Amino acid sequence: MINRKDLWLLILIIVVGTVVAIINPRFLSPINLSNTANLIGLFGIFAVAQAFVIISGGIELSVGSVIALLGVIFIDLVAAETVSPALACIIVIAIGCLIGLLHGVLVAKLGLQPFVVTLCGLLIYRGIARYYTEDATAGFPFGASFPTLEWLTAGRVYGIPHSLIAFIIITIIMGIVLHKSVFGRYLFAVGKNEEAARYSGINTSRVIIAAYVICAGLTAIAAIFIAMYTRSISPSSHGNFYELYAIAAAVLGGCSLRGGEGSILGVVLGTVLLQVLQNLVNLLGIPSSLNFAVMGSVILIGVLADQQISRRAALKRTPQTS
Amino acid sequence: MADAFLKVTGISKDYPGIRALDDISFSVGAGEVVGLVGENGAGKSTLMKILGGVIAPSAGSIELDGIATDRLTVGGSMRGGIAFVHQELNLFENLTVAANIFIGREPLKGGLLRLIDEPELNRRAAPYLKQLGADFEPGTPVSTLSLAQMQLVEIAKALSLKARLVIMDEPTSSLTASETERLLIIIERLKTDGVAVILISHRLAEIERSADRVVVLRDGKRVAELARQDIHAETMIRHMIGRDLKTLYRPPKNPPGKPVLELIDVKTGYRPEQTVNLAVRQGEILGLAGLVGSGRTELARTIFGLDRLRGGEIRMDGAATILSAPGIAISQGLFLVPEDRKRSGLILDFPIRDNITLPSLDTHARRGLIDVGSEEAEALRQRERLDIRAKRTTTAAGALSGGNQQKVVLAKWLSMAPRVLIFDEPTRGVDVGAKSEIYRLMRELSDHGVAILMISSDMEEVIGVSDRVAVMHEGRISGFLERNELSEKAILSLAVGRIAA
Repeated sequence: MINRKDLWLLILIIVVGTVVAIINPRFLSPINLSNTANLIGLFGIFAVAQAFVIISGGIELSVGSVIALLGVIFIDLVAAETVSPALACIIVIAIGCLIGLLHGVLVAKLGLQPFVVTLCGLLIYRGIARYYTEDATAGFPFGASFPTLEWLTAGRVYGIPHSLIAFIIITIIMGIVLHKSVFGRYLFAVGKNEEAARYSGINTSRVIIAAYVICAGLTAIAAIFIAMYTRSISPSSHGNFYELYAIAAAVLGGCSLRGGEGSILGVVLGTVLLQVLQNLVNLLGIPSSLNFAVMGSVILIGVLADQQISRRAALKRTPQTS
Repeated sequence: MADAFLKVTGISKDYPGIRALDDISFSVGAGEVVGLVGENGAGKSTLMKILGGVIAPSAGSIELDGIATDRLTVGGSMRGGIAFVHQELNLFENLTVAANIFIGREPLKGGLLRLIDEPELNRRAAPYLKQLGADFEPGTPVSTLSLAQMQLVEIAKALSLKARLVIMDEPTSSLTASETERLLIIIERLKTDGVAVILISHRLAEIERSADRVVVLRDGKRVAELARQDIHAETMIRHMIGRDLKTLYRPPKNPPGKPVLELIDVKTGYRPEQTVNLAVRQGEILGLAGLVGSGRTELARTIFGLDRLRGGEIRMDGAATILSAPGIAISQGLFLVPEDRKRSGLILDFPIRDNITLPSLDTHARRGLIDVGSEEAEALRQRERLDIRAKRTTTAAGALSGGNQQKVVLAKWLSMAPRVLIFDEPTRGVDVGAKSEIYRLMRELSDHGVAILMISSDMEEVIGVSDRVAVMHEGRISGFLERNELSEKAILSLAVGRIAA
């Protein structure tokens, strides 16, 4: 059950990967693959999260700030050893869900624009994160060690990073939620035509709120993994632009910013492509300052090609119907 | 009429399968007020679009100042001095009155900078506002004006464009009595200034008062032209009606049962000062007639829980119930087939199957996961029952014809157990074949005990399908008509707010 759009993306990933591997064989070295896989896992979790909000017809811009805020809270809770790491995880995920609930209510019940609500969130959470740590870098005290937590979040089995495994598990679950469940169908319906959804008896605001809660909840999980990966968080830069990575991956993966379109597989492939491109910049000796420029160009070309292909397909269809 | 500057001769307009206008001729002279009346769909709007240059006629000629053409362009119509005040106003609410009047023609200053000369703008607007006796300043933001004041801005704009003919389409439909009075005085002023007015209105009393001449349209034909002394509401109604209606009526199998849906002193947000009382009985089709804008759709939305109930009570099977959301109405077996199926009835990009199961998805799911097999079975069952012409149930609903789309909307509700079905314009944009299938289905449902409320602006449909008719006028029910009392004249008299004849 792979659609044509996703197939193109897969082919593109393979082509780019092959080219990079030919130019620089280090691309296929176990350590490089393992590192790339780790990044795919970390970024993939919150990209999948973003997809839910985008499919509902909204956008979530506060992802990076939420990752910074929840990251410093998590490290603080764990480092101070006031609560167990497990409880710390639960607290952080609960705060994430509350943030999502707040965004969802502001959008669905009070009718504010998602862009504005989450832009304000972006500013507010970043500010709180910096105030919370007094702008200092949050980290574990020297010599502190939390073996179970570290193994779970930053460990590897046979070179496979646990972040990737978590991402795969989350992807499967969220894929079922999005593509097989009643809620998923409602989400597509609301994103595509909110009025018709309401006329069909769907509680549209509840669906939209749920999308924001899922998004922020998954982002909280990503925040824990990222915090344990970096181990120290400088609150003014941690997670900067991550919301844009997530949106880029979702758009590359076929989500329409108008809502109602997208697939989990597409978002996964979008995330993989972005990380491979990042890797390409490093391995091919392209100045890393060009990193964003390369990513932006590839997304633009991809979206342009997709638009041309679908326009041609639409032209081909018309003579038969008229 | 010797000095008629606009003459329309033998205008016809054909659309595929329908003749919207048939050999229309009339003229307008300087300072003349011409009333244009006719039922919904008589061809008034089409005729006005032709005068505005928006659409081209299929035959006939239009003569402006003695120069004949076979069609007007939008620019030509404007240069010829024809201006429109539409039912929906076309103003920029974020700009001032003067800025709206001179939009696109602003006085400039500052050379290459092309800055707007605000004082000059206001100075130029002032005389037009004065001419109309407006009680607001050129610099007032339009967003702070009332609807009646906004209409004046539109008329001022028309005057600034040197309009000789202002066409007003239902200008008083949302005005209060005193605002209406003011507008009629303004029409008289325009008249003394030599500006002609075409007044389209369902309120025949206004036409009686203002018009020098009345043109009556029916089914695209000009059926009468009345001179000043012949303008009476009775005469106009007599000309507006009187076509042969095909009788498609199929009587119900059983006499109607107990009331299923009852509205008691119901107030809607559309006209909160009015109350609605009606009951739909088991096994009957109650037609809800009325003119466009009489508040029927708003009533349906309120019953279905889309709009807030502002007062009164809704009863199902005799017990008061609160239908605060469509989901609650649906759980009680009360369904709505909306007026605008493309916007509210269907998700066009969704497959037929997903559209059909959308309101009943929970019954096709186990532990929150959708059982596609069960969905497909339901979709096939409905395709069979309603004869939806599509090879696959996975075809996008948007790819179907109007009639088949409407059948998909019906299938959404028939897959559940309807107790009350509200149809809002059930056959708009539906071809003849699908129409009679939908009527047959409605009767079949009512024979199975479903109570049906059918909102319709199509006289043929109201008379041909309903067992009983309620007529709505400006937010309230102006009267009920039993089957044996049904006539176009009786309905229309109630619809324009007169007591049943």
